[in-house]
Formats: sequence, structure tokens, C-alpha cells
Amino acid sequence: MDRNQLQRQVALKRSFLFEQCYLDPQQFVQLEELQDDANPNFVEEIVTLFYKDSARLFQKIEQALYSRPIDFAKLDDYMHQFKGSTSSIGAIKVKNECSQFKEFCLAANADGCVRALERVKQEHQTLRIHLENYFQLRRQAGLVQRV
Amino acid sequence: MGMAATDSQFHVLAVDDSVIDRKLIERLLKSSSYQVTTVDSGSKALEFLGLYEDDQSSSDSPSVSPNNQQEVGVNLVITDYCMPGMTGYDLLRKIKESSSLRNIPVVIMSSENVPSRINRCLEEGAEEFFLKPVRLSDLSRLRPHLMKAKSNNQNQEKQEDESESSETQSQEQEHHELEQQQQPQLQLQPIPPNSNKRKAVEEGFSPDRTRPIYSGIATLV
Repeated sequence: MDRNQLQRQVALKRSFLFEQCYLDPQQFVQLEELQDDANPNFVEEIVTLFYKDSARLFQKIEQALYSRPIDFAKLDDYMHQFKGSTSSIGAIKVKNECSQFKEFCLAANADGCVRALERVKQEHQTLRIHLENYFQLRRQAGLVQRV
Repeated sequence: MGMAATDSQFHVLAVDDSVIDRKLIERLLKSSSYQVTTVDSGSKALEFLGLYEDDQSSSDSPSVSPNNQQEVGVNLVITDYCMPGMTGYDLLRKIKESSSLRNIPVVIMSSENVPSRINRCLEEGAEEFFLKPVRLSDLSRLRPHLMKAKSNNQNQEKQEDESESSETQSQEQEHHELEQQQQPQLQLQPIPPNSNKRKAVEEGFSPDRTRPIYSGIATLV
């Protein structure tokens, strides 16, 4: 596949991510605008950081969810932190599932929280795969500077 | 404009417990040519500012290490509101209660649009309240506060300095007038309606993007 075709693929993938509401274009474009010669991979870096930090927060959330009695305030707090991160990278679908989870926390509904957490993780993982694919396409299309 | 300082001399201290948000705010600020230091808590921020609360007998007047303050030279503090331990609001209060630090402009960031929270912060002396995620366009709102603080500092220095040129005298007058206009914190200021413009909801994204335009205004939404 030639470079133009690859670049078209990148553009298509990007459009897909926006149209399907995986990513908030305004926030994602803002992240892209922060890239420059000195920081060419900022978007990928912050996404990587997001996934690394997510693992830490999921662990805390799960621990809180499976301890008895459940501290719903703490659960809500952890999810609030995670939700903030999703907002910072523009991960809409994940963020929406976080909101659902928080609703269940408010209602002190443990079962609801368990189900909602599953959905959060599903969306989180789906996005991860899409983004990894996107960054790989960018690399292949020669759009990424090698440091 | 006649100001000797360049943007690279403005040093911003960013406080946020989220590692992602710290990375983001750092990149945003550096993109805008600010010097940046990030810390992950209010207590670390106070430490950095040279404010130590080791004086138990008079907790209302924590001791400040003046040398540290001059060396560090923080021109603005931007802090998250929701943090474990010391909140951004607590940090704001401590800065404003400190005789040596109170002139440092403080900006609060929050992911939640809570009018009572915003009002509380503005009334406590915060210059701005930014909704997260913070954007580059938000940072343009920092400059007036930085310039004002700088001119305040310069005025203080000029009063002690005997050798004034006529040029700086007229500058001083200019800034003094500007100061007087901006004095009342709760005064209504016209904000250009196009600032912080958001793309329409047509793309089907979450509508909670409305961003209150607060600049020294205490308004109930």
C-alpha cells in the first residue's frame, strides 16, 4: 500500500473514531494541536499514560467493590478520578459508562456497579484496540517522527 | 507594549493529583511558552512556594521562607479543585491568607460545573475558574492576571527605586489606572461572546460542554 493510501486509511480511522463517538473530536484535536517538533508523540504518550493509570484505578475500584461492606463514597471517588482522565483524552463512550457507574454508586446499588464496571472496561478495551490500530496506521503512513 | 519581560519568564505552578491531567496542563502551559512546575498535591504546592506550617502556635500565619519565594519565582498557581487531603480551595485560601503569597494569582480547575463552588472560589480570591478539560484558548485568560501581578510588583519596586526614567513613570501611571479599573473583583466585565466557542452538539456528543465564562464575576447560573 502506498503512502497516500495509508494516509487515507489514517484519516478514515480518525473519522470513524469521531463519528462513532469513541472520541470527542474537540478534545482529541486539542491534544493533536499540542504536538510539535519537540513533542511529536504527545497524543500517543498521553493515551499510553491513560491506560497505565487506568489499570491502577481499576484495581482500586475492584478492591473497593469486592470488600464488605462496600464504601460507595470511595467507589464514587475512584470512578470520579477515572472519569476525569477519560474526559482529558476525549474518550466519550468510556466516560458515559463511568457516569452510569456513578449513578449506581449514588443509589448504593452493588449489582448495578458490578455490571456498570464491566461495561466501562469493555468500552475501555474497545477504545484501546482502536487507538492502537490508529497509532500503528499513523506510523505506517510515515506520520510519526521517530525520536 | 514596553514590558521588558518575555513569556518565558512567567513561571506557573500547576497542581493536580491526576497524572494525566498534570501531563496535559504541563503541555498546554509549555505550548503557551510558560515555564512550568507540576506537583501532585496542595501540600507539595505550599512547600514549593516556601510556605511551611511548622509553626504550631500561630497556625494562622504560617512561616514563609522569603529566600525560597524569590528564588522560585512563581507567577501563577493553577490548581485542580478536587484533590485528596488539601483541596484546591484549601490551597487557594492558604495562599490568599499568606502575606507574602497573596499577590500570586490563583486559577482553579474543575471537571464539575457547580456554580456555588465557582462563586466560593472567586470570592476567596481566585482569578479564574476553568472547566476541565482545559483548552489552549482558556490559557489566553491567564495573561491579564499575570501582567497585572507583574505591574503590581514593579510598582512596589519602583516606589523604592529612586532613579526613575520618565518613560517608566508614564508606564506606571498607565498601570496604576489599569489597576484601579480592575480593583473591584466582582465587577462585571464584558466578555467577547466568541471566546471559548464550542462546536455545536450536532455531532451527537455529550452536551455538557457549556462553559461558564467567569472572569472575576460571581454569578449564579
